[in-house]
Amino acid sequence: MDIRPILSTLRRHKTAAALIVFEVALTCAIICNAVFLIESRIARMQRPSGMVENELIRFSIGGINEKGDADSLTKSDLAVLRSLPGVKAATVTNQVRYGQSSWNTGLELKRDQPVPTTNATTYLGDDQFLKTMGLKLVAGRDFNADELLSYRKIREPGSDYPVSSAIITRSLAEMLFPGQDPIGKVFYGWGDAPTHVVGVVEHLLRPNELFGPASADYSVIFPIQVDYNSGIYLIRTDPARRQEVLKSAAEALSKNGPLRIVDVDNDTLENMSDKFHQTDRSMVWLLASVCIALLIVTALGIVGLASFWVQQRTKQIGVRRALGATRGQILRYFQTENFLLTSIGIGLGMALAFAINLALMRYYELPRLPGFYLPLGALCLWLLGQLAVYGPARRAAMVPPALATRSA
Amino acid sequence: MTGNSQFGYYVQLALRSFKRNKVLTALMVVAIALGIGAAMTTLTVFYVLSGDPLPGRSEHLFHPRMDPRPMAGYTPGDEPHEDMTRFDAEALLREKRGDRQALMSGGDVAIEPRRDGLPPFRQISRYTSTDFFAMFGVPFQYGGPWPGEDDARRARVAVIGAALNEKLFGGGNSVGKSLWIDKSEFRVVGVIRDWNPQPKFYDLSDRNGFGERELLFLPFSTSRDLNMSSQGNFDCWAESNLDAEGSRGINAPCAWVIYWVELGTPEKVAAYRQYLQNYVAQQRSAGRFERPTAPVLEDVMQWLDFKRVVPADVRLQTWLAFGFLLVCLLNTVGLLLAKFLRRSSEIGVRRALGASRRAIFAQCLVEAGTVGLAGGLLGLLLAQVGLWAVRQQPVSYAALARLDPTMLLVTFLLAVVASVLAGLLPAWRACQVTPAIQLKSQ
Repeated sequence: MDIRPILSTLRRHKTAAALIVFEVALTCAIICNAVFLIESRIARMQRPSGMVENELIRFSIGGINEKGDADSLTKSDLAVLRSLPGVKAATVTNQVRYGQSSWNTGLELKRDQPVPTTNATTYLGDDQFLKTMGLKLVAGRDFNADELLSYRKIREPGSDYPVSSAIITRSLAEMLFPGQDPIGKVFYGWGDAPTHVVGVVEHLLRPNELFGPASADYSVIFPIQVDYNSGIYLIRTDPARRQEVLKSAAEALSKNGPLRIVDVDNDTLENMSDKFHQTDRSMVWLLASVCIALLIVTALGIVGLASFWVQQRTKQIGVRRALGATRGQILRYFQTENFLLTSIGIGLGMALAFAINLALMRYYELPRLPGFYLPLGALCLWLLGQLAVYGPARRAAMVPPALATRSA
Repeated sequence: MTGNSQFGYYVQLALRSFKRNKVLTALMVVAIALGIGAAMTTLTVFYVLSGDPLPGRSEHLFHPRMDPRPMAGYTPGDEPHEDMTRFDAEALLREKRGDRQALMSGGDVAIEPRRDGLPPFRQISRYTSTDFFAMFGVPFQYGGPWPGEDDARRARVAVIGAALNEKLFGGGNSVGKSLWIDKSEFRVVGVIRDWNPQPKFYDLSDRNGFGERELLFLPFSTSRDLNMSSQGNFDCWAESNLDAEGSRGINAPCAWVIYWVELGTPEKVAAYRQYLQNYVAQQRSAGRFERPTAPVLEDVMQWLDFKRVVPADVRLQTWLAFGFLLVCLLNTVGLLLAKFLRRSSEIGVRRALGASRRAIFAQCLVEAGTVGLAGGLLGLLLAQVGLWAVRQQPVSYAALARLDPTMLLVTFLLAVVASVLAGLLPAWRACQVTPAIQLKSQ
């Protein structure tokens, strides 16, 4: 098919042609980035946190200025919780993902290092922490009961309890000790004393992503038991019995010890996760709606302009038909014209998509747009253009040759 | 024809042409409406989140920042810390160099109603000093803030919010009544009306300023005396178990106290900046401060900007919506072009009958503007739907997403101006139509 007649025709309709090209270009650029954003948000929502989220309950209870021994009441609470029907395991810790609290510290590989090697979150757990959270141990061992320290005791003025063991996540182990066996290695994360890595878990995400997506899985678990005032209880139970256990835990702990206040925010981890990911979900919906709306608007624009062209060139089409062109040739003429315009638009659109992606990378910390978006975006818009132009092109093909002979 | 009736004539022509090309016009109006609806929804959310939380006062409220951290971990270009150590905050408060000043921290206490068998509950509170209320213009319903001496005396006094007053005392004047907080008896000195600046600029640690408001205010000194639990950001750079108060002690190497100062004139601001620099230099020579970072003094809007209170997602959504609007407008340009050039013969006749190029141009613009107005109306409806959807989300700023009169005006202006701009090119092309060619071949 000779494209020279197409080009010369377009030269005479520069404005409308340019409009189609720019519309396709903008749509392509926006959709490429929008789909990429959708993909990265969905990936973020589905990222494994390491915990058995559908079996966990966060339960917090606070004392009213209790002067008594909080540690022994905490131990008694845990015994009560572990004996409740339906409870598989229970632990006390300082923070949990999707919660409001986030404890973080800089980690060093040498003592008195001027700048920390990295930043990680610190979970404080007892010997039931791994079992309750359902964390998967990939190297080393869990804590022993005799390694546990009391958070209150080690924070007393003048006390000096070294925290000599910790469990870290796999990605943190890779970061601190690349390519080596992390078990037994030493880092500094709590005070001046060295801490030895005794175990590695596969995943344990930080409570939130304030320190950036790259370090989202950098977690350290210290064998420190907090008391019920400084921390929260995590209860692992059967997914079907979670509401039942929430109630029974509240009743049982209210009776265990002096008058205390049960937190109003106690909830299943699944609900907390839903709330946490709400903004990501809304963003995905918004992006998807805008993509669909963009495609519809662009398609309608092409339909409108193509119909207009068919109407303007009715006489020329009649002449061509009278000179022997078949209906199929007329149809293909318009389809090729649209293909040409769409291709120019896609070319521009790709360049624009990368430019937009660069801006997003700089200002919104997004990763680079992968190369395979180009052919995908191109295909999508070619299809759209061809679908849109089909109707007007068919109408053009229906123009009878007799029109050429009429003076109109 | 005079100007006014000419405009009316053009509007008539526009409406008549709409009736003749129903589908095309409908397409244009819907495209503009979609674009305007999306743009206005996101723009309203952005506008609401980046608004001034205390209009009229915010220019005089300042947040000083200095860096008490050691050299370990310092990289050149580091910002000074967002919070102060208790030592620095109390020192600045003592020296009283601003018109008014207050230190504060978030808190979380247990309240026992001790009546009607009501169970005890936890209450989000603020530990602060007396100037807080006057500085921020907090409106009182009954009573007033505690006097300055109560800060020094660590008095057991409290200011409560209207909702807490309702819950504990059934509303009414509860000044002088007793309140049991963390098992100590406090006396109510004031009840404030509903006060909820959005965002809570003075402490952005809870959900970036769109978290729960406090209903209880206690003197900071009292909270330290009773070792009450505090909420908010907390940063320690060394061991802090030096005394019984631990990391909340006066000499603890921890930054957690928030400080705000009111300065009425630019000269006072300059003087306070100098004072801060002198203070930092003093601390450096005393060996407490090690970093060379210069102190910063920002007003409310600068502080909110620094903390990027508007979530990145909201910015992205706004950009996306305007990109979409641009595509819708390009669409409109194309459709308007098609619409006007389709009527080339009619335009030719009008030109032959004596209409000037300018008249045709004006008429086309009026038509474009009318389409814009219709699109704007529909777009406004769509924006209301969009904002309703935003309000259903469990995000902290959901309740604020509403169109106020300014945004309503902006909607219409945007719709009309955008469509007139979109109509410029097609209108120009339309008025270039030569009558002779059009009249020849019919």
